[in-house]
Amino acid sequence: MEKIKKVTDRDIQQLIGQVLRYGVLISGAVAIIGGIWYLFQHGSAIPHYTTFNGEPAGYTSLNGILKGLGQGSATEIIQLGVVILIATPILRIVFSLLAFILEKDKLYVLITLIVLSIILFSMFGGLKI
Amino acid sequence: MNILFFTLILLLGAYLAGLAGSLTGLGGGVVIIPLLTLGFHVDIRYAIGAALVASIATSSGSASAYVKEGITNVRLGMFLEIATTTGAVIGAILAIYTPVNIVAILFGVMLIFSAAMTLRKKHETALTEGSKLSYALKLNSSYPTREGIVDYKLKNIGGGFSIMTIAGVLSGLLGIGSGALKVLAMDSAMRVPFRVSTTTSNFMVGVTAAASAVVYLQRGYIDPGIAFPVIIGVLAGAFTGAKLLMKINVKWLKIIFCAAITLIAINMIYNGIQHKF
Repeated sequence: MEKIKKVTDRDIQQLIGQVLRYGVLISGAVAIIGGIWYLFQHGSAIPHYTTFNGEPAGYTSLNGILKGLGQGSATEIIQLGVVILIATPILRIVFSLLAFILEKDKLYVLITLIVLSIILFSMFGGLKI
Repeated sequence: MNILFFTLILLLGAYLAGLAGSLTGLGGGVVIIPLLTLGFHVDIRYAIGAALVASIATSSGSASAYVKEGITNVRLGMFLEIATTTGAVIGAILAIYTPVNIVAILFGVMLIFSAAMTLRKKHETALTEGSKLSYALKLNSSYPTREGIVDYKLKNIGGGFSIMTIAGVLSGLLGIGSGALKVLAMDSAMRVPFRVSTTTSNFMVGVTAAASAVVYLQRGYIDPGIAFPVIIGVLAGAFTGAKLLMKINVKWLKIIFCAAITLIAINMIYNGIQHKF
């Protein structure tokens, strides 16, 4: 029962590579589905991007996005793709953290935790204003 | 111009941005902002949101390949991400108090700097003796080359860390990856071999951009109608670029591209001074 494999840097690199690849592929796929649907729904309307209005709550919070998904709204499907894309590097950090824990590299467990806390602070720290 | 037409042109533009960005190593974000603001008269805040999304897409897409090859220094990247994410959060806060025309001028300056950095000569020689801190932080590593595995050591960790913080601030403020500053920190200050510094910088861009993107998403800078053609176009362009990179000599392409973005940069600065944003 001594066959527990030691986690090496090589394993960490492979894992991180996979996380990044699948994250990008999934978010791209979701964005394409939402995008095609969006063009069906709004393709003939006129774009309004010359003035900045800020996006409605439906696009800016996870709750809003999930609610829109329930109603089958195309724009919220696209925003879900965006959220997956933004989550990919954050997930990469979480996986690195697990890998450094398995590798028993205390210094890098600490460093990774610092990076993760900064991002979580940015997410929930009320910087939205 | 209706949304269908707008989307198709933006898709094409984003594809070319991703292609150019990956061939020259500048990333997809830098071309997206002038394309949207100067080309489509989109408000610069939407453009920044789109550029952040484009930066994350190109970074994650290409990093997945480089990390697996074992060129990226994951520890170095993680350590320096403390600096870049802190900077990115500061940048996202500063963005509230910075007038949009100042943002445009800063962006133009950054663009010219990036062009100059791309054409600069790089040193590829690896140091054999590192600084004390480089050992303590386990930052020294090795990477595969045609002649076999090369070991390298780093110096001036503090200097590199400081430049990285500035790179993070600019990334958070302007919505770009700041790849040029990241490479400067690693290449010139810490003496990371060029191939390692480019791939590690690219690896870090995703996390840095994500740190400010979570703020910008909540602020309503990221519009789905702009985001989806940008994500798809940039990803497809970066993918084509990565394939082409093996086959063609990019030296002339880099020079032409750098001249082009310098002109765009001057345009951005001029419009910024004229308060056209």
